[in-house]
Amino acid sequence: MKSRREFIKTTATGALLLGSQSKLGLASMLDQNAQHVANGKSRVVVARDAALHGQDGQLDEKRVLALLDRAIATYTGHDNPVTAWKQIVPMDKVIGLKTNGLGGKGISTHAALVMAVCERLQQAGVKPGNILVWDRNARDLQACGLTVSTDSSRIRVYGSDVAGFEDQPAAFGSAVNVKLAKILTRECDMVLNLPILKDHEMAGVTFSMKNMYGVVQRPNELHAAGCNPGIADLNCIPVVRQKVRFTIGDAMTSVYDGGPGFHPERLWQPNALIVGEDRVALDHTAWQMIERKRAEVGMPTLEGVGRPPRYIATAADPAHGLGVNDPKRIHLIEV
Amino acid sequence: MFQSKIMSLATATLVMAAAVTFIGCKKHQPDPFPASAAVAGWDKTSETRTFPSKDLWQYIDGDAEQYVSAGVVSTSTSDYKFQNQLEATLDVHTMGDAAGARKILETGTSDAKPVQLGDAGVQYAQSVIFRKGPYLVRIVAYESTPGTPQALLALAHGVEAKL
Repeated sequence: MKSRREFIKTTATGALLLGSQSKLGLASMLDQNAQHVANGKSRVVVARDAALHGQDGQLDEKRVLALLDRAIATYTGHDNPVTAWKQIVPMDKVIGLKTNGLGGKGISTHAALVMAVCERLQQAGVKPGNILVWDRNARDLQACGLTVSTDSSRIRVYGSDVAGFEDQPAAFGSAVNVKLAKILTRECDMVLNLPILKDHEMAGVTFSMKNMYGVVQRPNELHAAGCNPGIADLNCIPVVRQKVRFTIGDAMTSVYDGGPGFHPERLWQPNALIVGEDRVALDHTAWQMIERKRAEVGMPTLEGVGRPPRYIATAADPAHGLGVNDPKRIHLIEV
Repeated sequence: MFQSKIMSLATATLVMAAAVTFIGCKKHQPDPFPASAAVAGWDKTSETRTFPSKDLWQYIDGDAEQYVSAGVVSTSTSDYKFQNQLEATLDVHTMGDAAGARKILETGTSDAKPVQLGDAGVQYAQSVIFRKGPYLVRIVAYESTPGTPQALLALAHGVEAKL
């Protein structure tokens, strides 16, 4: 594992392609094989702050912003947040922030993280009206601590209950008859994925790729066989694969068992953000965090309880090619 | 003519009897959600939402399957607040039979503290789960305070009394 300074040195040339504004716009930045790979490895940054939660158990918003800055600076190699964010998002496009409020209050993407990302996006030059925070519905957004707003001059916050789903289904592999959220297909040019790390009753782990279940009308139809290959197939649908390009994963609070709902007795605070572009490498890293916590409290592995997240390996196979799950090919940077 | 009147009267009587039976049955469906102030300190802060088995994923997608496989018929939920501070959610799962409720309760609660509620119950620092007949009740608080366990227990007893 390299230190942050070493990493910045080795990546100072900027392997991120997302910021390269060409005449062709976003389409030219969608080289799935090149985006997340540096020196043949996918980068994943895990940034931690043990003091993220105050004594009252509440998140310290200033520390969340600082943690985000540290994670993004490490990933991009730019200490200046504005410069760093310009490497990640195009300034003149609509940027969606896909949260996860499914688990309800207590185990949803934290509003403090959403606000921190919105603040930096605006400072980098994204107009407030071009930022769209979204999820399945108003209830999920409220679970995150967000208030619905459709005012186009400000940061917009609403769900698919407002914008609806496509009538024409999309498909890839087992993910057939998938009606996608219009927010994804029509409104956003690029999506920042803001999942929350959780154990999952069927899939084993829910994080980056599983958060895409929130972009389809009937996610329950993709639950068979531990969501495998449902999760991998869904992420291979072109519009999902191409627009959802960067993950800022909320691992500030998590459940290591009993998820995806809120089970306070299984709650823990990793106090971390996990960021990167390779959704498979991100999920592999997240899975290992859950396993380490389960081992720490004396619980069996997810394999041991019959729900290993097999979809991660499926997503990495040649038929899907969504990223890498081989630890030797993941450049994990912990700061 | 006379026979026709008798037939009409008999039909009307049958319809009324069916209606009375139906209304009577409906009356026997308990409403387990205590109204505001019915349990000291607790206010009901949202409408009760009910999800039949086939739509349960809309409420607890990912968790729904374990309830469905245990025979859930429907799940109702409402939010509560204690002394205008402590927020909690009350879920009442109506299972097909008591065995279904037992199956869910016995899943993953081995480290919980047993409490005398319904047919069986357990408590954690921020949640209470119990079963009574075909009902499985779960109350979860979103904050852990010294008074949380006692407050949850009081609400649970209020629910139990209505089942």
